[in-house]
Amino acid sequence: MSKIQEAFAGGKAFIPFVTCGDPDLETTAAIVRAMARSGADLIELGIPFSDPTAEGPVIQEANLRALSGGVTTDRVFDLVRDLRRDVAVPLVFMTYANVVFSYGTEKFLANCAEAGVDGLILPDVPFEEKEDFAPLCRQYGVELISLVAPTSEGRAAAIAREAQGFVYIVSSLGVTGVRSEIKTDIPSLAGLVKANTQIPCAVGFGISTPAQAADMARHADGVIVGSAIVKLIGQYGREAVPHVAEYVKSMKDAIRSL
Amino acid sequence: MTNPNGRFGVHGGQYIPETLMNAVIELEQAYDHYKNDPDFNRELTRLFNEYAGRPSRLYYAEKLTRELGGAKIYLKREDLNHTGAHKINNVLGQALLAKKMGKTRLIAETGAGQHGVATATAAALLDMECVVFMGEEDIRRQALNVYKMRLLGSQVVSVTSGTATLKDAVSEAMREWTSRIADTHYCLGSVMGPHPFPTIVRDFQAVISREARAQILEKEGRLPDAVIACVGGGSNAIGSFYHFIGDEGVRLIGCEAAGRGVNTAETAATIATGRLGIFHGMKSYFCQDQYGQIAPVYSISAGLDYPGIGPEHAHLHDIGRAEYVPITDEEAVEAFEYVSRTEGIIPALESAHALAHARKLAPTMGKDQIIIVTVSGRGDKDCAAIARYRGEDIHE
Repeated sequence: MSKIQEAFAGGKAFIPFVTCGDPDLETTAAIVRAMARSGADLIELGIPFSDPTAEGPVIQEANLRALSGGVTTDRVFDLVRDLRRDVAVPLVFMTYANVVFSYGTEKFLANCAEAGVDGLILPDVPFEEKEDFAPLCRQYGVELISLVAPTSEGRAAAIAREAQGFVYIVSSLGVTGVRSEIKTDIPSLAGLVKANTQIPCAVGFGISTPAQAADMARHADGVIVGSAIVKLIGQYGREAVPHVAEYVKSMKDAIRSL
Repeated sequence: MTNPNGRFGVHGGQYIPETLMNAVIELEQAYDHYKNDPDFNRELTRLFNEYAGRPSRLYYAEKLTRELGGAKIYLKREDLNHTGAHKINNVLGQALLAKKMGKTRLIAETGAGQHGVATATAAALLDMECVVFMGEEDIRRQALNVYKMRLLGSQVVSVTSGTATLKDAVSEAMREWTSRIADTHYCLGSVMGPHPFPTIVRDFQAVISREARAQILEKEGRLPDAVIACVGGGSNAIGSFYHFIGDEGVRLIGCEAAGRGVNTAETAATIATGRLGIFHGMKSYFCQDQYGQIAPVYSISAGLDYPGIGPEHAHLHDIGRAEYVPITDEEAVEAFEYVSRTEGIIPALESAHALAHARKLAPTMGKDQIIIVTVSGRGDKDCAAIARYRGEDIHE
């Protein structure tokens, strides 16, 4: 069992996301440590990109704040090396294809392995294009996470069969961001994924409240939350750490007993 | 040139969110069916000829030729099309295809507004709903085109993210498409984005070189020595090149917007200053920094103000079949004024980049040689901006 899969072994997993360097890397480090202490089972670290086409306004703005603060891919690797001195939870990078490709895919993945990054999510790399990245991911022991969407009719089974780490179920059409209601039939989508793979699945996009998290966790093995956390960081800046910690704890508590 | 995965050499592909994959697969299947459908082609030809005013003229620019003193210069007059540019060729094709697919709503990105106006026009004609995404900065610069789109019944959405220009309008249109796919077709305006868009847009624009090749053979009894067109994403250029690609003796020259120069940060010349990357659904050349962050590009011409280039151009560059040259703002503005004065034709500022290169090239060639320059659009939209560039403040 991989380190990512182990994150799901102790019950429903809570997976928070943070954009690295928003508002600065010191705050990100403190936030990640607080998330780990507050019950996060796996943490998604966003490497900022200038044009994040899968993101809604909240995470777009966080990307721009981070980039204008001077964050680079190399400095994000330094952040991970620092975190790995005392943070044991699996860490997964979430970024865009060009960030990895432009850095040099092999060099990027070698750095991931050396710094202690367990997985990689690239929302602009679908099943058809994953061979650009998957062989090198395998070589360096970094799991390339696959996404399944509400529109994946006729594709979900094939995606699930080749998936690694966990399957990321996109809850809704559109980009990332808080939604008041999730209309997709998550039970059947999760059922289709589970029928085709042994690895866990987690639902993300649009989830912000403990009630939504509990609702989603009933059908999946984990819940991913990004925009709601990034919003707190946007609101409180360097003072965001206790607010994020409290939020992560409330979300984990909502799914812990399921 | 296209393989089944939509590759042109190493370029192209489908780097898009999973949410959109079935939409592009459905589009590819529909296109593969309709491109060989006689009824579809009859209908499209009728729209091209009766509505858009095709075939466009191949005009012998006698005065220009005489003044430059070298090769004979022919102008392919896409500026005479309905809505004033080549953009209508692609839009009529895509809108008709979308309609056949049962879509009722078109979305589009636009920079200067030419593609937005063309899409709004097709939507009006074909009774479709239309939403155009346009950078806030471009909305300010192109008020007349914004008014036209609204007059034609379209909604114009102001894009404030990023640099608030063309690349951000593309990103926002992609985001909108992921949120509403069932009834909506994304009418992409250039030979870029994920497969099958670069192929579909090329095929609809290839009418330019299909006509030009026949016209020059009829007028001169021979092929041209060079074909010149401006390149942003590259739709009028690929349309101008396509039917000449197999003619080895014909030089194909794309003119990129160098802005204030390729040695400055204020440029949009992708082949001259970019490197291989993955963005907006495709692998191609992009202006970017060492970490792959997309560069905020600049050109006086809003239509060429894009940090990438279509994947087929990237491939034609790699294999040496086409050449790409940078043209500065100043050279383009001078050509804009020169061709207006010399031939009584006010070209679009984008097209003026191609004309600027023809000015350099023609005198180096023999009088028995021939150049075709594509005038991709008309320049009315640019008059106020050129006046401002020359220090004269006029209002539309």
